[in-house]
Order: sequence, then C-alpha cells, then structure tokens
Amino acid sequence: MHELAVTESLLEIAVRHAQAQNARCITDLYLVLGQWSSIVDDSVQFYWDIISDGTIAKGAILHFRRVPVLLTCQDCGKEYQPASEEFACPYCNGTHVKVKTGEEFHLEAIDVEE
Amino acid sequence: MPQRIPVVEKILSANDRLALENRSRFDAAKVFAINVMASPGAGKTSLIEQTVKGLGGRLRIGMINGDIATSFDADRAQAAGATAIQINTGGDCHLDAVMVQSALFQLDLGTLDLVIIENVGNLVCPADFKLGAHKSVLVASIPEGDDKPYKYPGMYRGVNAVVINKIDLLPYVPFRMDFFKRGIEVLNPGVTQFELSCRTGEGLSGWLAWLEGQVKEFTAACINL
Repeated sequence: MHELAVTESLLEIAVRHAQAQNARCITDLYLVLGQWSSIVDDSVQFYWDIISDGTIAKGAILHFRRVPVLLTCQDCGKEYQPASEEFACPYCNGTHVKVKTGEEFHLEAIDVEE
Repeated sequence: MPQRIPVVEKILSANDRLALENRSRFDAAKVFAINVMASPGAGKTSLIEQTVKGLGGRLRIGMINGDIATSFDADRAQAAGATAIQINTGGDCHLDAVMVQSALFQLDLGTLDLVIIENVGNLVCPADFKLGAHKSVLVASIPEGDDKPYKYPGMYRGVNAVVINKIDLLPYVPFRMDFFKRGIEVLNPGVTQFELSCRTGEGLSGWLAWLEGQVKEFTAACINL
C-alpha cells in the first residue's frame, strides 16, 4: 500500500550503495517480498519507472523474489502455509504459531557497472 | 560486465524515520502515546470519550484526531475533558508521522501524561504508517463481522491490543467469537484483548485499568532511566 514512499526509499538505498562503489550505473535490483508484507510489486514497478528516470538507476530491472507465508506451529512443530480462510494449524488445530517466512521486504543486492 | 553488490537493507521509508523522531519527543516529555485504529464506525471516538471520562481525573490527556473532514471527533474528545487537536488530512486515508509531528507542535507535552491518537477510519493503510506512538490499539466491533482478522491480516498482526466493541449487540447479529479470536491468535499470539460496550459500559473497566497501568509503567520506566 502506498508504494511511492517505499519506492523512493528503495531508490535512495540503491543509489547510495552504488555510489559507495563508484559505479556508473545500476542495471538490476533484487528485492525480497513476503506474501504478508502488504507491498504490491506492480505498484513498486510503476513508481520505479517514473522516479528512477534521470538517476544512475534509470533502466534498471527490478527482480522480485516472492516469499510465501510459512507458519510454524508451536504445539506440534509442523510447518504449513495457512489457508486464506483458516489460519489455525491444519495438523493439530493449534493457534500457537510463529511466522517463519512471509513478512520480508528488503533489497537483497544490486548489479552495477563501473 | 555487471558486478553484484550485496545490500540486504530493509526498506525503511522516510515516514518511519520521522516516526522515530516523534517517539523521541514523547519519551523526552514522559508522555505515553497510543495510536487507535479501526474501520469507520467501530467506536474509536466512543472509546476515547469513555477513556477520557474514566481516566481524566487521574491522568492529563491530550488527543489528536485525524479525519478527512470535520472536527466532530476532536470536539467530542474536548467535550469529554481532553485537550484535542484536529488534523484534517485533506484526502489522505491515514495519518502519517509528518501530520502527527505538526500536531505535536500544537500540544504542550509538558502538561500531559497520555496522548491518544485517533487515526482515520480505515483497516488497511494506517497499518503501514508508523506514527511514533508506544502502543497501537485496534477497535473491532461486533456488527463488522467475525472474518475481519482473515481479511485484514496486516492490521491485526501489527497491533498491541484489540478492543472488541459493541458486545451488547451479540444477541442480534451473527458473530462467531471463537472463529474471530482464532484468527487474531494466529496472527498476533498473546495480544491483549478486551470485550466491551462503550454504550452500556460493560467491560470498560478492564480497558481503563490496562491503559492506566501502561501509562504508570511507562512513567516509572522514564524516571528510572
């Protein structure tokens, strides 16, 4: 939701790291996006195309590695992907869970040219 | 030949950075702040009115209200006894740290113990915009239905307390409390929950006691620093 703000932050982070390496331009960005991160990749791409224009990130390709939600049941120890209508553990019906993956939103790496 | 640079940096927006500044201002003034969120009509303002009436004699309470238009809610809080600031967001569907910062400049934090921030009625966007409050509270209500945790996981997951309001309507609308609570429990294990009715007063004392306890704990921790 409101991906312009996060896309602006993404541009700042990428340019900062590229400039630290004296790179001439950024060619690719590798993002990790969890299913429960509430970030929509199409919206990020839309804003990215606009705000990267005129920067060393112009034309850089965004790669989204989508991570599904995986819950670990603290009662029976099993891992599962929750159904959208029922979050409880399908093995033991427990509700004591920890989110193993699915909430990520970070920039993993960038590719640059010197 | 492109060269790979590892980054692994969380994408913290400028809003989050400003929220940290707001938090510092609250801490420096020893003021405990809560962010109250809910869909429109769930009972945010009613809960705040009852809170100000119930605790206003013992705590000095300020209130910041965010709405697209009108000062209805700030007026109600003011009538109940709080110092109230109205932010009209001019179309924004949520409060953000910038708006809260501007409200903080209008409040004399040195004269307050508790600031209650009433967010814009919305179960989606406020979850993504930190304000700098110490705790966040979601007000759910019986007529909204029992499937809301499943439909709005981001909101339910991120809050510190859930108030289930309008329990006086349980005999009249379909609502499976166990289904509702199971959704909350998985998303937010052990989250503090209250069942109450702002209208009849049932269950209100538990909420008031918890909030007052939170303020006292915070103030004591500030003194010990």
